[in-house]
Amino acid sequence: MSQRHVVQVFEQYQKARMQFVQTVADLANRPQNIELLQNAGVMSLLRPLMLDVVPSIQHTAALALGRLADNSEDLAEAVVKEDILPQLAHSLALQNRFYKKAAAFVLRAVAKHSPELSQAVVACRGVDALVLCLEEFDPGVKEAAAWALGNIARHNAALSQSVVDAGAVPLLVLSLLEPEMALKRIAASTLSDISKHTPELAQTVVDTGAIAHLAQMILSPDTKLKRQVFAALTQISKHSVSLAEMVIEAEIFPAAMSCLRDPDEYVKKNVITLMREVVKHTPELAQVIVNCGGLEAVIDYLGNCHGNVRLPGIMMLGYVAAHSESLAMAVIVSKGVPQLALCLSEESEDHIKAATVWSVGQIGHHTPEHAKAVTTANLLPKILELYMNASSSEDLQTKSKKALKSVLQKCTYLPSLEPLLYEAPSNILKHVVCQFSKVLPHDSKARRLFVTSGGLKKVQEIEAEPGSPLQEYINAINGCFPEEIVRYYSPGYSEALLERLDDYQPA
Amino acid sequence: MAELLKIKREFEEFQKEYYYTNREADENREKENQAVTQIQSWFRGCKVRAYLSHLHKKAIIIQKIWRGFTARARVRQMVKAAYFIMKMNFYEEMVVRIQRTWRGFFVRKYIHNFYARKKYMEGLVMKNELVRRELDQLEDLQKRERDCLDMVKEHTAKVYQAHRLHHLLSTKQCPGVFNSPFRPAPHEMELLLRQQVKYQAPTRLASRGKACLLGIPSSTSSTFPVTLGSPLIKTSRTYSSRPILPPIANKTQQGLYREAGEAWEQRLHCRELMLCLQTSYMHLEEAQNQLRELEPVRLRGTGSTLHHLSHSSSSFPHPAHTGKSFR
Repeated sequence: MSQRHVVQVFEQYQKARMQFVQTVADLANRPQNIELLQNAGVMSLLRPLMLDVVPSIQHTAALALGRLADNSEDLAEAVVKEDILPQLAHSLALQNRFYKKAAAFVLRAVAKHSPELSQAVVACRGVDALVLCLEEFDPGVKEAAAWALGNIARHNAALSQSVVDAGAVPLLVLSLLEPEMALKRIAASTLSDISKHTPELAQTVVDTGAIAHLAQMILSPDTKLKRQVFAALTQISKHSVSLAEMVIEAEIFPAAMSCLRDPDEYVKKNVITLMREVVKHTPELAQVIVNCGGLEAVIDYLGNCHGNVRLPGIMMLGYVAAHSESLAMAVIVSKGVPQLALCLSEESEDHIKAATVWSVGQIGHHTPEHAKAVTTANLLPKILELYMNASSSEDLQTKSKKALKSVLQKCTYLPSLEPLLYEAPSNILKHVVCQFSKVLPHDSKARRLFVTSGGLKKVQEIEAEPGSPLQEYINAINGCFPEEIVRYYSPGYSEALLERLDDYQPA
Repeated sequence: MAELLKIKREFEEFQKEYYYTNREADENREKENQAVTQIQSWFRGCKVRAYLSHLHKKAIIIQKIWRGFTARARVRQMVKAAYFIMKMNFYEEMVVRIQRTWRGFFVRKYIHNFYARKKYMEGLVMKNELVRRELDQLEDLQKRERDCLDMVKEHTAKVYQAHRLHHLLSTKQCPGVFNSPFRPAPHEMELLLRQQVKYQAPTRLASRGKACLLGIPSSTSSTFPVTLGSPLIKTSRTYSSRPILPPIANKTQQGLYREAGEAWEQRLHCRELMLCLQTSYMHLEEAQNQLRELEPVRLRGTGSTLHHLSHSSSSFPHPAHTGKSFR
């Protein structure tokens, strides 16, 4: 009889503990309860429960702890301070899979907030324990472990290096091949976090053959997986030419462009970012992408989306055009310039405008043909306006000025230069006038047009210091016209004539 | 004596002379010596000069001849060299012309080929267009697939709902919710409900009818395409006029089942049972009695687990295939 009583007491206690941890776990789901729980001292209560005899209480306590740490950085720090991490890491190797999942969740939640907390996780040998978890059979455990490793590796290169040193990368690549979609996603995201810091880390990831597997998953129907895969490929290819070449050799390109029509915005953005990173390195890589019709895809993408996501597309066009003049001509031929003009007029953020202006400059600065294509899209007055606008940021102003200068130096299409004569400040005016002085001596029709459109008049009105290059250009222009015309258009000529009238005595 | 004196005098004079001569000689010796030296040196000098000039003249002749020889040889060499250089210049000029033409040709044809570039640009435009069309097609396809999936999902949801709302089917007496007399045509839900009831495998309906007779609700909630129909609604059964087909899917079915053909036989044997008319309220009991008479002919199989569930009456015919798994 008494034995039953005793056992009943213990059972009641166990039930009470179970209920407590389950309730705390449920409450921890909502952010508004976190602070209340923290004030109630939940951390010190949960800690002994994690060492409980009953396994389900252990892993529910761990789950509750994980949720608490997930939602608040203070609690995560408290977890670290209370030295819960070493015992978690230690018991990760021993317990059943539910506990492993919950413990990995705690480590993930702690590591996500800041590099110092991740360092604490690494210091208590959590990384080794997580890598052991990656070798488990259960996909949920693998997913939790991979996610935790991803959170650790995200912050800086040293932490990524410690993750790689623990031998996580081959296991992650193996997890990519598993059939569970969530596991694939997390593995791809972790690989992308690892390889984003330095070329050596990216090389380590590539050496385990990750690229081939990632390339196979490009055509999967799952949206989030595609996002992560493209992000991973982007991070790998951004570091160096050889890595980018390896990514291209996996022959993703014609296939990846079909993902550019995916309904999900971030998939498209990641594909475009990948293209940008690849194109950045050498002209040959840019040529590969142009040859599979990449420019068309990018320009369509720019036409369809709005806002910040346009930025990688714009930069990609700029990088392509920067390599050589035939690539820049390819951009022009694919109707890139009108699209960039649209972007310039539609977007309101300064950094996007700066990127657009830079791209336009890269396209236009090669030869007069290119400059003509840029000017016929009526871009020069807009760029000038951005340069003159006092509310543009510094970056935008410098880029506008550089773009203007570089395009103007090659521009020989005079009708588009004329509006600039009226509005430009003197340092830009110098280049405009220089171009006029180069073209006018050779082309009589242009001279006629110049006179009739009032350009000569405007040039006379420009004041320049004698001996400055501007004055020389003005003299060169004046030299192209007969003297009477120059005098006719010089300012104050009508007054001079009237004064002569005053002195004139009729005969 | 005189002679002696003369001799003496001569001797003295001779001595004197000798002395004077010697004295003169001594006085003049230096001078004469010097003069003599001078004369001798001059003479020797003359001799040597004559010899030297002779040598010079001969040397000049030799050197003249030699230098002429060497110079002519050198000039010949120079002429040869100049000729050679002139030839080389000519060759080089010609070579430059050849190389210039060749390089111009090569660069224009292979490196900066204008026509190739033009073709490339045109090809690029066409490729772009192609890619755009292909991507459009792909996008269309994907969109259609997604739409299709969405539609199928919607339809299955509706059918499931119809299954759950089977009891709202309109009867002959009373139009259902979805079949208002004020509408020109029945609502689609009404049609779905009719569909639900129409194409059911008749075997199970009969047994279900039995279960209901005895006041036990049909407990099994199997998946909706397999079963339906409250046994109370027996209006729109058209299957009685058609032959009954065996069940198509290999879905394991729950409940009290009969084999295909059993109901057919039943129908043959007691027609009134199968005609689902709203006749007397004792109709079902009478039909059951009738079947019981036929029962010994057809009793088969062992009891099923559901046998316990259904009722306590032992006269219920056992389902034929009971060994199969139940959901």
